[in-house]
Amino acid sequence: MNTHASPPARNTKVMNRFDLTSRLIAKLKNEEAVIGGIGNTNFDLWAAGHRPQNFYMLGSMGLAFPIALGVALAQPDRRVFALEGDGSLLMQLGSLTTIATLAPKNLTMVVMDNGVYQITGAQPTPAAAVADIVAIAAGCGISDSAWAADEDDFERLIDRSLSASWPTLIGVRIDDKPGTGTTRRDPVQIRERFMHGLGVREPL
Amino acid sequence: MATAEGQTSPKSSDDTPAQETTPHEKTPHEKTPHEKTWHGIVLQTLKRNDIRLVPYVPDRVLTTLIRNLHNDPFFTTFPAAREEEAVGIVSGAWMGGMRGAVLMQTSGFATLANVLASLAMPYQIPLIMFVSERGTLGEFNYGQSLVCRTMRPVLDSLAMEHHTATRIDEFEFIVDRSIRQAITTQAPVALILSPLLTGGKVFDK
Repeated sequence: MNTHASPPARNTKVMNRFDLTSRLIAKLKNEEAVIGGIGNTNFDLWAAGHRPQNFYMLGSMGLAFPIALGVALAQPDRRVFALEGDGSLLMQLGSLTTIATLAPKNLTMVVMDNGVYQITGAQPTPAAAVADIVAIAAGCGISDSAWAADEDDFERLIDRSLSASWPTLIGVRIDDKPGTGTTRRDPVQIRERFMHGLGVREPL
Repeated sequence: MATAEGQTSPKSSDDTPAQETTPHEKTPHEKTPHEKTWHGIVLQTLKRNDIRLVPYVPDRVLTTLIRNLHNDPFFTTFPAAREEEAVGIVSGAWMGGMRGAVLMQTSGFATLANVLASLAMPYQIPLIMFVSERGTLGEFNYGQSLVCRTMRPVLDSLAMEHHTATRIDEFEFIVDRSIRQAITTQAPVALILSPLLTGGKVFDK
């Protein structure tokens, strides 16, 4: 009988991915690592201004949080941010439980939720009308999970996460605009420069 | 083969359970090669190559290895929900300066084509995988035997290095050399653990 569930009630402002990404980057003063998920998420990270501590995923949809977890475990003294789309996260929800179990103190996750696969033609995700990503994250054990009500609240939540000693997840509702830039698709250079940015290697 | 092991791993006499004791405390009995286990060789060779991060999706055959990794404070080892996730974790860790390896079974490897082709290979990440081989030499589940047949064609289609380990006397050489090659050439490697080495899973429940 119930063929269509009502969309969950929300009091969160619809924001813009590039604007929020730029606000995040402007706050980073300590060579924090930032992992950008596939597609628009890393396009906007690129457009916000390349930093050596940025890693851009060109495939492997859903792995921004696992990659960020690996960086966070390898460098516990560096704050690591991961930016992921809602459709991407749906592919790897189990990773939230792994992160909750390991509880790295230096990992901040941001979910850019527009309810659609924007880059493939804005088709709705299966979760769009029924699921709450932040509630899912909390249910997976990421107890410090919250929706950002607006841009100021997003900045407040980012600031708070910078000094947290547990993993945090911030959900943001975003519009359906495409990414602002286009990442230069050179995987080896992206990886090598990221390793330079993390102090793992010196340039040749 | 004992000679070959000695060439590649001068410290192989440390690979007995009594490794924490000083050499003069070891009895000859403890050092006899036939006492070596495949899982003991994996653990010690990971350690010798400073591979500390070992996420896994379990397999019955891997039980002892997983337990021993958990019991050794050198390692950070934990279950992941999917093999692909574990590959992402060790890839990130390697870029951050920490070496890792992933443990899985054949059916788990079958979920990896996308991440191998879009992350490990193009970004030149030395992904080290141990794959417990199900689906052959006494398999009782037809689905497992079918999925097993997809493994080597996928590896070959990407020209990925892979070895099937069948003999304990060759095993340390294969593992140690393969790990070193993966790291120095920045290329993934799959080490397939045959039932000939591990005994496999032969009961039907």
